[in-house]
Amino acid sequence: MDRSMSKRLGASLAVVALLVLACGGTTATPTPAPSAGPTTAPTMAPSAAPTSCQSDATKTPVEVQGWWTTGGEANGFNKIIADFNAANPTLCVYNAAIAGGAGSVAQGRIKAAVLAGLPPDTFQVHMGHELLDTYVNLPGGSVMSPLGTDIIDPAQFPAGVVKIISGSDGKIYSVPLNIHRANELWYNKAIFTANNLTAPTTWAEFETDATALKAAGITPLAIGDSGIWANGMVFETVLIGTLGADGFLGLWTGATSWSDPKVTDALNEYKKILDPANGWVNTDHSSLSWDQAADKLIDGSAAMTIMGDWANGEFTAKNFTGYGWAPAPGNATIYQALSDSFGLPVKAPHQDGAKAFLAYLAMATTQAIFNPYKGSIAANVTSGDPPAGELQYSDYQKSAQADWKTNTIVPSMEHGAAANPAWSSAINDVLTSFVTDLDVSAAQAALVTAAAGFTQ
Amino acid sequence: MSTRVADRPRPPVRRLRVPTFDRALSISLIAPSIIAVAIFVYGLIAWTGFVSTTKWNSLSPDYSSDGLNNFITIFNYPRFQLDLRNTVVFTIFFVGVSLAIGLFLANLLDRKIRGEGVFRSIFLFPMAISFIVTGVVWKWLLTPSSGVNLLLGLDPVQNKWLTDPAVLHIPTGTVLNDIGLGFLSTNLWGVPIALLSIVIAAVWQMSGFVMALYLAGLRGIPDELREAARVDGASELGIFRHVVLPLLTPVTVTAIIILGHISLKIYDLTVAMSPTGLGFSTDFPATYMWQTAFFANQFARAAAVAIVMLVLIATLIVPYLIWNRRQQVSQ
Repeated sequence: MDRSMSKRLGASLAVVALLVLACGGTTATPTPAPSAGPTTAPTMAPSAAPTSCQSDATKTPVEVQGWWTTGGEANGFNKIIADFNAANPTLCVYNAAIAGGAGSVAQGRIKAAVLAGLPPDTFQVHMGHELLDTYVNLPGGSVMSPLGTDIIDPAQFPAGVVKIISGSDGKIYSVPLNIHRANELWYNKAIFTANNLTAPTTWAEFETDATALKAAGITPLAIGDSGIWANGMVFETVLIGTLGADGFLGLWTGATSWSDPKVTDALNEYKKILDPANGWVNTDHSSLSWDQAADKLIDGSAAMTIMGDWANGEFTAKNFTGYGWAPAPGNATIYQALSDSFGLPVKAPHQDGAKAFLAYLAMATTQAIFNPYKGSIAANVTSGDPPAGELQYSDYQKSAQADWKTNTIVPSMEHGAAANPAWSSAINDVLTSFVTDLDVSAAQAALVTAAAGFTQ
Repeated sequence: MSTRVADRPRPPVRRLRVPTFDRALSISLIAPSIIAVAIFVYGLIAWTGFVSTTKWNSLSPDYSSDGLNNFITIFNYPRFQLDLRNTVVFTIFFVGVSLAIGLFLANLLDRKIRGEGVFRSIFLFPMAISFIVTGVVWKWLLTPSSGVNLLLGLDPVQNKWLTDPAVLHIPTGTVLNDIGLGFLSTNLWGVPIALLSIVIAAVWQMSGFVMALYLAGLRGIPDELREAARVDGASELGIFRHVVLPLLTPVTVTAIIILGHISLKIYDLTVAMSPTGLGFSTDFPATYMWQTAFFANQFARAAAVAIVMLVLIATLIVPYLIWNRRQQVSQ
């Protein structure tokens, strides 16, 4: 090659390469994005919460990190924060929430902050193993402070809840603000009436209904598993329906083996539900979020969806009233629970303010004001109806309150209560393969492997 | 070039240099960036390498040695094997198609057409967009119930695009079985269809950039060379094949390196379009690394994934750097 030419070419290449490096800097910026969860807006920007007191230097700031940025949950949380700030003139609690369903973005951020020794004053974490195995029962000691009875009175919370917010030392480590139900079936009433159907109470009835609906040209079950967890929740309801409450609980304690023939039955049932040959589930499930699946119920293209009771809030927000609810098939009298709770990091910079706010979150009246907005029910059993003039509980929530008192309580795996995060991740990996290959024996073998070393 | 080796001057004899103000100034100006790079790039690479050999698999760091167990674990983990398959498949298709389209567009624009600047800008613009934006838009376009299926009136049941779980692989029961290569006819050695949707989006974004590279290269080739070939009776295709293409080799190598390193660490585009995909059809090591670190709290295992990614990229970049250095020396 001619020398001057190759120089010219080299020079122009160098210019272009510089251009690329400059642009590469912007494209390669680690942009946070949700990997899973009910989310529509991936953004790292803190929500525009009413936090006008932050600029007031006379007040002690108390930073709360969570993932409630929109809708009823953000409205309710911002309301109780505003009430707290009004009653405590020396403190300024502010909601530094990070969007992303089920904390898919916020959790990474919070863990990094805790690891770096710079945690927020308090943060949102699912009660159960997500709390205990991530922050409390650590070989190097807990990074959270135990909470005394001045903050949370265990007598005011159900024994099952107290058990899974307590560390291996028996002390309580977080304040549960609400209780959600995970194993709920939601259906379009008009479609069920038109086809002379009733909500299925067993998986056999579900199959009959699904066959009839399919024949009528309606998708029987809408799933939105762009994050696999929504599909995992369906699997959990099948497990509960097949194993019963005790058998299901045993899966997480080691009392029930994952190689149990009943787990095989559950996988076979789950396979039947998902099998494209049956056509019971929407074909685009993997590209939808849970709320887009719920929208199929609203527009009548699907008849049922299995989702936690935040779906109730979704229907209400979209002004849809033609829905009914029932426990998922085979899940009657079993309440699969999850809870958003708040803890106190050992290195929280404003301990006193954080303690005052946590004590406030545990109070019966606070929970009565917050939960109607959130669509959940109060974790504090002494919490009654909201004061007059506040938003009241909906019909669904009233039915959930009644169930909560009488049903057997089991924890949710997909929402951090039943299994530690590494185990949940491994199970989600197994399910991600299963929804495609529907290979029951391979999935069961992988579930047994995943459980090894995790059962307590 | 090679003929000049004989009369290349001998390396200069090193002499003790007298420190001057100029020299002190240049060292002090460059020192901050050298220190920053040493700590934040090479220091953290070393730290990640160390973490990948520890038992740090909870939120409280445990620095006791675990040898290479983290690497053994991830290489035996089916999801990571599929991630490596996806990386290889994606890189081949993304780099190959981008090069082909970029070269084609550059040759079209090199015809000295009117409004060339406008076309050049149009082809180059997608590169200015963040991968997240590209990913969201192409997700809408390639979701079966919306986008292209609606625009083109295609049947969403047949055209699943991003949500197609199928993996193309060599049919089982062929001659491969007889020669002990039966494992090649499994999903692990196939091409996931859903991944091709991501290739489409990535090619859309980057082929204009390849075009700009090639256009610069084509402009550097003097007309005399083509004319001399024409005088010698070469066809236009022959000129392209035997004169132009060989002269563009440095451009091609540069383009492969730049696209290749984007492809090997792709994260934002796939997370926006389809984070893991059905049966991990659109999962990549970076996605797995992030979930392993920040959901499963298995930091040592995630560090091992990071190191594997680094090694993959190094196998691409290091030979390029050596090649580049030789080119410079020979000039």
